[in-house]
Amino acid sequence: MKLIIAYIQPHKLNDVKQSLYKEEVYKMSVTNSLGCGQQKGYHESYRGVGMEVNLLKKVRLEIAVNENFVERTIKAIIDGAKTGQIGDGKIFVLDLPECIRIRTGERGGEAIG
Amino acid sequence: METKVIIDTIWVLITAKMVFFMNLGFAAVESGFARAKNCVNILSKNFIVFAVSSLGFLIIGWGLMFGNGNGFIGLKGLLFAGGADNSPATGEAYRGVYSAISWTGVPLWAKFFFQLVFCGTAATIVSGAVAERIKYISFIIFSFVMAMLIYPIIGHWVWGGGWLAKMGAFDFAGSTVVHSVGGWAALTGVAMLGPRIGKYGNGMIKAIPGHNLSLATIGTFVLWFGWFGFNPGSTMSADPYAISHVAVTTNTAAAMAIMSATITSWLLLGKPDLGMTLNGCLAGLVAITAPCAFVSVGNSLIIGLIAGVLVVLAVLMFDRLHLDDPVGALSVHLVNGIFGTLCVGLFAQDKITGTATGNGLFYGGGLTLLKAQLAAVVSVGVFVLAISTATWAVLKAVIGIRVSREEEIRGLDIGEHGNEAYAGFQIFTTE
Repeated sequence: MKLIIAYIQPHKLNDVKQSLYKEEVYKMSVTNSLGCGQQKGYHESYRGVGMEVNLLKKVRLEIAVNENFVERTIKAIIDGAKTGQIGDGKIFVLDLPECIRIRTGERGGEAIG
Repeated sequence: METKVIIDTIWVLITAKMVFFMNLGFAAVESGFARAKNCVNILSKNFIVFAVSSLGFLIIGWGLMFGNGNGFIGLKGLLFAGGADNSPATGEAYRGVYSAISWTGVPLWAKFFFQLVFCGTAATIVSGAVAERIKYISFIIFSFVMAMLIYPIIGHWVWGGGWLAKMGAFDFAGSTVVHSVGGWAALTGVAMLGPRIGKYGNGMIKAIPGHNLSLATIGTFVLWFGWFGFNPGSTMSADPYAISHVAVTTNTAAAMAIMSATITSWLLLGKPDLGMTLNGCLAGLVAITAPCAFVSVGNSLIIGLIAGVLVVLAVLMFDRLHLDDPVGALSVHLVNGIFGTLCVGLFAQDKITGTATGNGLFYGGGLTLLKAQLAAVVSVGVFVLAISTATWAVLKAVIGIRVSREEEIRGLDIGEHGNEAYAGFQIFTTE
């Protein structure tokens, strides 16, 4: 089992979700976060004074998958999130030793579903 | 100086300032009903539109609306309200080019300022309907056209001694002149812009909830308060009987519309939606705006009752038609502006507060008044639809009226203004 963590642009979230749905990946967790990347930030201004913003808004997705779903999930995320521009995001794949469904107590691959 | 002139002037200016205050109401309602990422943009539109209206009305709007001319537009004293005028002289004693408004005994600038805030109200109605996807610059330019052309010409027809007034159509405080004009212009904007991304798709209608219903409620209270200037102030004289009557018809219609909108949405949608309740209040106020000085308090109950039902049904209808209106401006101002105008033809009682309107259909006046009101509704609709469609079309062709897809999703605050409304807070991406 793997835990896939992806950081994407907030405005691509819907595209990524649709792309995941196409691959029959429906279970996920979404959090808002701030992040630094290779982007130099964007220029904002407040009453005429410019500000450089370095911690940019990101959306973080967490998806627990069985082995056979790892590659298609990664591909779906990339399909949805990629624009070719700096700032598209990153995907991390972590080993997931255990997974438990709280309601039924199921463990392992069945809990992931 | 005559005491009456002094008191009338104070009355006109105080009520005008209450109507000015309604701009805060609009800003709060619209931003409350929109998403946080577009908040600065909506506040900006509502703020700048009053400046645009003030300038446009000063430059030529007042003159087109109230200058002596023909049945369609004013032709004298067009620019900067500079025509000859000896206000506060009234009636036979009046010498000047703004005869249509010489019935009220206050100085020229008091008349001007009072009419200006009404123009501002009409222009700001559009901003809610086109919210969250219109280009700022396109909205500003359109608003100039509203203040300098569309609004004054309609105003001339009804209040400036134009052909609708001569035909016996009545609109006390502006269900037609202000609200339906704003509504028709908003309708064309909504149609030409298209819906927000994600609103309709696969035959589904998706709710896009407002980010701050507290703000929306504050705004609605401010509008309700301001309406006590909008309607009673339109007497433009401190006539104790008239202004008291109008204050009560105004409030009664609002209260009744709140109840009927709440009940209607409760029954149709399962729970009493606050957005519907707020819109119900505004619908009642819009609907009573034309008839408030011409109908009894009892009839204002009926008018408010129907307005509240109408607004809920209209909101649902516009969504079914895939006309995306984030704040319900079309349902409130257009639908109830038309309804309120027609109510004069149904419920009016001749001289109930002094004005000789003739009786409406339900008071033995036959169809005369109703036909005049209908003529007003239709002619105003045709004119405003035509000119606003043309304006949007030109803007669309030359500079575009809608922001890019990416900007719309990221939020207009960053895209149009480079500002955030809630800097330092994380605005959640939730979809």
